[in-house]
Order: sequence, then structure tokens, then C-alpha cells
Amino acid sequence: MTLSASPADAAPDSLASRVSGALWRSPKLLLALLLAPPLLWLGVVYVGSLAALLAQSFFSFDDFTAQVTYELTLSTYAELLSPANFDIIKRTVTMAALVTIASAILAFPIAYYAARYAKGRWKAFFYLGVMLPLWSSYLVKIYAWKMILSKEGIVSWTADKVHLGWLLDAWLSLPIVGGNSLSVSATGTFLVFVYIWLPYMILPIQASLERVPSNLIEASYDLGGGPGKTFRHVLLPLAMPGVAAGSIFTFSLTLGDYIIPGIIGTSRLFIGQAVYTQQGTAGNIPLAAAFSVVPVIIMAFYLWGAKKQGAFDAL
Amino acid sequence: MTAAVTFRSVSRHFGAVKAVDSVDLEIAEGEFFAMLGPSGSGKTTCLRLIAGFEQPDGGEISILGQSANGVPPWKRHVNTVFQDYALFPHMTILDNVAYGLMVRGIDKVTRHKAAEEALELVKLGGYGGRKTGQLSGGQRQRVALARALVNKPSVLLLDEPLGALDLKLREAMQEELKGLQKRLGITFILVTHDQGEALSMADRVAVFNQGRIVQSGAPEDIYNRPKTRFFADFVGSSNILPPALSESLTGTKRWTSLRPEAFTLETGNDRLSLAGQVEASSFMGAVRRIALKVGESTIHANLPAGVTIPTEGETITLHFTPEALNWLEDAV
Repeated sequence: MTLSASPADAAPDSLASRVSGALWRSPKLLLALLLAPPLLWLGVVYVGSLAALLAQSFFSFDDFTAQVTYELTLSTYAELLSPANFDIIKRTVTMAALVTIASAILAFPIAYYAARYAKGRWKAFFYLGVMLPLWSSYLVKIYAWKMILSKEGIVSWTADKVHLGWLLDAWLSLPIVGGNSLSVSATGTFLVFVYIWLPYMILPIQASLERVPSNLIEASYDLGGGPGKTFRHVLLPLAMPGVAAGSIFTFSLTLGDYIIPGIIGTSRLFIGQAVYTQQGTAGNIPLAAAFSVVPVIIMAFYLWGAKKQGAFDAL
Repeated sequence: MTAAVTFRSVSRHFGAVKAVDSVDLEIAEGEFFAMLGPSGSGKTTCLRLIAGFEQPDGGEISILGQSANGVPPWKRHVNTVFQDYALFPHMTILDNVAYGLMVRGIDKVTRHKAAEEALELVKLGGYGGRKTGQLSGGQRQRVALARALVNKPSVLLLDEPLGALDLKLREAMQEELKGLQKRLGITFILVTHDQGEALSMADRVAVFNQGRIVQSGAPEDIYNRPKTRFFADFVGSSNILPPALSESLTGTKRWTSLRPEAFTLETGNDRLSLAGQVEASSFMGAVRRIALKVGESTIHANLPAGVTIPTEGETITLHFTPEALNWLEDAV
């Protein structure tokens, strides 16, 4: 008997098997080959365009000639602080914060139910219920909401039927949040933002709650912590990475969106709309770029603050 | 004296499964009580009923003379050491131990001082600043113990507390737990499937099977005088002699049990004897374990390691005193 009779030697040494053999022997080469395409994409297309954007924001725009002056200056950033522009930033950040808080409050019980109680068929129903809206077009949903919130829409109709029309009218007569109807008020913008981004808050919270072992809840009960204290000291801190992840979605998506406030709400601009008008009709690319940098900076501070607050401690 | 915990025909069903089936129980104050049984025998459900994580479907539970039916876990003066410790991963060791005091609104200085004392009690003084991930299994076990004891509970529940520890650590912890219980005078209720653990630590043991208590009593009584075949087999793996074999020995046709350590090779006055062929013989350290084929039955005997060693296939006669024979009830 000779060794050459072993099956490995009998198989023809094809190119494919030699390549896979070489890759198996040098895992670093395999890793480099796998990582090259995404790294190129992230490096060139993503970081590159971000750098170009950042560079644009340091140029200025001449209102008389309608031309970009290619000299490094901070004057565009100074322009952001003018009352009209700063109002846009304040309005957008306030809206994003309110949408995030409302989404978290609405999402938590839903996610909690799904993570702790839903089993089998109900769990499937939950996933479908949360994901289904994401499958249909964003624009269709927004226009549907425009109908729902309009003066002749189902919301005011229902309010009238249950004799609460006066309450709706009183709310709409308030400054800032009010308007002619819900669909042209800041309240309407808020409602639609919360509706559209809610799944992005529910799913991360649900994932983080599923990782909390149920015996920690029991341990807290056992040590004398009632449901309220258990929520505050055990469940919420352990679910915080999920809330933080969800709030990053809702907060940054609201900061950057320009379609929802364009269709539903007042004529007062949000950051996204400001970017759109500045770079489009006005051709003021530097100011548009500077506006675009604002959410990036706000998000950086937001993440830094969340980390300081210990939101990622339980990761 | 009021009992620490009383069960009056308590039942807990999960669908068709009777996890706890009409159990009566009385645990005295300051007692070290063990609930022993195979997995699925209802002992853990009993513990959870005392802790308040489960509510009985029937019957009445009292803790310190007060009815506990419908009382949530956070309102019971009972604390639990969980099987896998259930330490809060987002808190330091000190905050874990101080948790029970914190939720009761005790100020930070006082509760941290009490927590540090509790950690010293379990020999972990100075570990308070660490996170749970930095501790070994044995240390986590002690933290879980300190976290329960700091609340000065009337009753401490221990759910398989030593299950995850290695043998040496387990033996050390057994002695420590027993010492701690005597020193603090708190009622300890231990759930375990390890009979050695239950017999060595507890003042009284209740053996569970299929949701019922099969027998309860002091460890010596339980060990020496099992009442049923299940029990004799589960606790200390006694030899169970079928009625026919008992009859040939004593003239009475009933199930009996016989401890493996009851046998000797020497004959003596009024000793009974069993003859058979040695099937297996294995060295166990302090003793040599012999399997003897007697008719249809296999009898196990633990002989002192020093005696002349019977070899496999040899026919030998084992002797024992009539008092060693324990009469069993007909029920399984």
C-alpha cells in the first residue's frame, strides 16, 4: 500500500481548490479581499463626499454675483447664526427632540410586550405590524396622513362627532403648535414624524429588552423593588442602549428630513428644507453645506452626552 | 412560636401539569430546611411560591403567621439567592448589595456602610468597587448571598445555590452557609437535587417527587429509615429488596431497603446473610463497592477498603444485622 492512494491526492488539483487552499493558509489575505470593497466604498464615496461637503461649507457665497467665492472663511457659519437661520435650527432640533421623546414613550410598552409576553403567532404578528408600514411608500403614507389630518379629515370629523371639536379648535388656535387645520400645523408635522419613525425606535428597544434576563426583574422584586422602582433602576438602565440606538435613528432622521415638513405643517422651514432651497433655487452651496454640517455636529454632541450619561454601559 | 412558613394543601398547576400538588408544610423559625428532589419534582415551584413569583392555585401560604396569598414579592420579608445569582450587570458590587436598601429609600452613606459589612460577612470586604464581570463564580455566589442578607430577611431562600461551583468550593460553601445560618439565626430554605448537600446542611429535609412531599424529617431519619422505594433509591441509593427476597431472610413478605454500608464479611450472632456471585468490584477511595448477584436482584455493598478483596466471579456471603433492614410501604 502506498500513500499516494489517499483520496486527497487522487482529486485533480483544480484552480478553484488551489485558490481556496491559498486563502485558507493566509486568513489575512482573505480578510483583506473581503474588506476591500466596503472599505473603498466607505472611504471614497462616503467619507470623500462628506469631506467635499465640509470643504464647501468653508467657502462663501456672493449675493450680488450669485457666485461661490473659493476662499476659506467662517462667514458662512456666521450666517447660520443670523436670527432667521438660527430659528430654523432651533425649530428643527426642538421638533427632533420632541419626536424622539414621544417615540420612546410610545415604543417602550410595545417593545416590552413583544419582548416579554408575545409568543409564537403573536410575536410574528408584532413583527409584521411593526415592519409592514416600512414596506409601503413613504410618500403614500405621508399623503394619507395629510388626508387624515385635513380640515375635512377623519380626525376632525371624529372630534366633532364626540363633541370634542371645541378642544381641537382650541388647540389649533394656539400659537406655534396651531394652524388652520392639523395638516398645516406643527402638531401635524410632529404626529406624522412620530408615526413614520416609530418602528426605528421599537425594534432596537425590543432587541435590548430581550437580552435582559427575566431573573434580574425577579431579583429586583425580591429585594423589595416594586414595578416602578424595578423599571427605573433595572429595566430602563439595561434597555438604555436600545433606547439610545432608537433615539439616534429618530433624532437624526427628523433632523435631516425635508419631505414631511414640506407636505404637512406650516411654511416655516426645517434644516432639510433649508438645505434643499439653498442648494437648489438659490444656488448657495456653501450655506447649504453649512446647514448640513449642523445635524452632524448636533449628533456628535448627542452621542457624547449619551455616552457620558452611561447609555452604553450595559452594551 | 409562629412558624416561618406554612403551606396548607397548596397547589400550583401549569396546564395539566401539577407542579405542586396539595402540599402541607411547616417550617419553624430559625430552621435550616432543605427541599430535596429530582428535577421537575416541584421543589423549585415551592420556593417560588414562598418568594411570591408564583401564586398558588389552591391552598394557603403563610409567612410568619400572615397569609401571603396575593402578596407580591416586593412586599414579603423574604429574600432569594438565585441559582445563577442574577446580579445586576450595570451596577458595581457595592450597589448590587445595597440595592434592597436603596429601593427602600435608605441614604447612600448608610446603605453603602451596611453593604460593605455584608460583603465582609461573606469574606469579600474591599470588592465593592468591582463590576460583576470581574468576579469568579464562587465570588458572585457570595455577592448574591450578601445582597440577600443585607436586608435582614426573616426567611432566606436558596435555589440550588452551589450547583455551579466545583466540588472543593462547594464543600467549603456548605460549611460556611451552615455556620452563617447558625450565627444569624435566619430561617434558611434550601432547594437542591444533591442529597449530600441537603443531608449535610439541613436540620430537616423534605423529599419531593411529582409535586408532593414523599417524606420529611431529620437527615438521619431520612437516611436510615426511608418510607418508600422511590425515596430509598433517591436518597443514598439504598438496595431495595423485593418481597420474595425479604421473605427468605425474615419470613415476612414485604419490600425492604438495606444500606450498602450495612454489610460486613464477618459472620456473627443473629446476623442475617446474603450469598451471591460478585459481578463487579470497584475501588472508591475509602470503600470498595461490590455488586453482588443474589437471585434476580443485584445488591450493592460498600466494604471497608482494607478487607480481603473479593474478585469478580467469586461467590461470597455478606452479613448484616436485622436492625439494618428497613421496611418500606407498599406504595412506590
